[in-house]
Amino acid sequence: MTPPATPVLTGADWGTVFAQYLLLSLLSIGGAIGTAPEMHRFLVEQHHWMTDEQFSASVAIAQAAPGPNLLFVAVLGWGIGGFLGMLVTMTGILLPSTTLTLAAARWGEARRSTRGVQAFVMGMAPLSVGLVVSTGFILGKPAYGNPWLVAAMALTVVVCLRTKVSPLWLIAAGGLVGAFLG
Amino acid sequence: MAPPDTQLDPAAQPAKMPERDEAPSVMSGVAASDDAAAPHSILDDDAPRVPRSPGEIFRVFTRLSLQGFGGVLPIAQRELVERERWLTREQFVELLAVSQVLPGPNVVNLSLMFGDRAFGWRGGLAALGGMIVAPWCVVLLLTVTYAHYAQHPLVAGALRGMGAVAAGLILATGLKLVPALRRNVLGAAPAIALAALMFAGIALLRVPLPWMLAGLGGLACLAAWRRLAP
Repeated sequence: MTPPATPVLTGADWGTVFAQYLLLSLLSIGGAIGTAPEMHRFLVEQHHWMTDEQFSASVAIAQAAPGPNLLFVAVLGWGIGGFLGMLVTMTGILLPSTTLTLAAARWGEARRSTRGVQAFVMGMAPLSVGLVVSTGFILGKPAYGNPWLVAAMALTVVVCLRTKVSPLWLIAAGGLVGAFLG
Repeated sequence: MAPPDTQLDPAAQPAKMPERDEAPSVMSGVAASDDAAAPHSILDDDAPRVPRSPGEIFRVFTRLSLQGFGGVLPIAQRELVERERWLTREQFVELLAVSQVLPGPNVVNLSLMFGDRAFGWRGGLAALGGMIVAPWCVVLLLTVTYAHYAQHPLVAGALRGMGAVAAGLILATGLKLVPALRRNVLGAAPAIALAALMFAGIALLRVPLPWMLAGLGGLACLAAWRRLAP
């Protein structure tokens, strides 16, 4: 995934990329990873700026590294154009949602004791918990064919609920299990 | 902001500070229209501690994001609720719920709102910076070196194993947040049923998220609105 070998994007192309990511930012309700299918359609199928394999590897790297899942956007950007690509995609994905969040948060905070804001927050809270559990379930899908990986996942849930062991050790153990039994 | 010593034992607060405790925790279901003008922040309701400076926010968010393999949410919950105790579990769910319905990555939104409520835009920027700057450098380093080993079966297997554990961590985080729903104004059983319906819709039936938020979310908000009637 060295960037220079891959496509040369023109100035107009970069404009398209930036616009696309600004739009995706506003559509990324429930997390950045939910926009991955749309990015795949745009980068791989529509413009052929990267291959299927490159795309999958980019997401995998971001998942294996520490930090927010959002950084898969930076890896994709690097794939289509090195540093410039990374800056364009990350700025695009962050700018609209960040601005909107700050504005909405302040608006809501000033009115947080009103019936409307309380009803909204309390009505959404159960959905939010359901969404976190769903994300775990969906991200686990590649593991479901392999009993060792399913066991690792189940054990992780139990350990995490019962102890305060750092997730770092669990991830490392998962890496070992995957390397030899995955 | 209440002096720290009165905040150490939340159970002791009603006797000591009746006035402040009439301020509703959003999750407790106590509606109070009279203090809408009171300029209190989510951070000083009943969370035992508060961040001291944007610098401290930056440090804590850098530390938690660098531990966040396969997603930062589990670590954010651990560090902010259990370790730093800057948020109660209910406040965390409240922030998370708002983060999820706003566009943008959840943990990034959560960081922004947390920092902004503590120190305005400087706090928001500190939290956002702490959340993405250091991991971004790590990801860049990994990206550049990964290509050489991508084809190695051990590496590919290890990535799968780490992915499975990361999924388990997120699953456990969701389960840990379920008890926070007991204090929801909707009532414990209906709130947990709503969470289960959301799981069925999103994870099993793969209904598009906007539909679930508008449909199920609209109903839930309407029910909460009626329960909050003065």
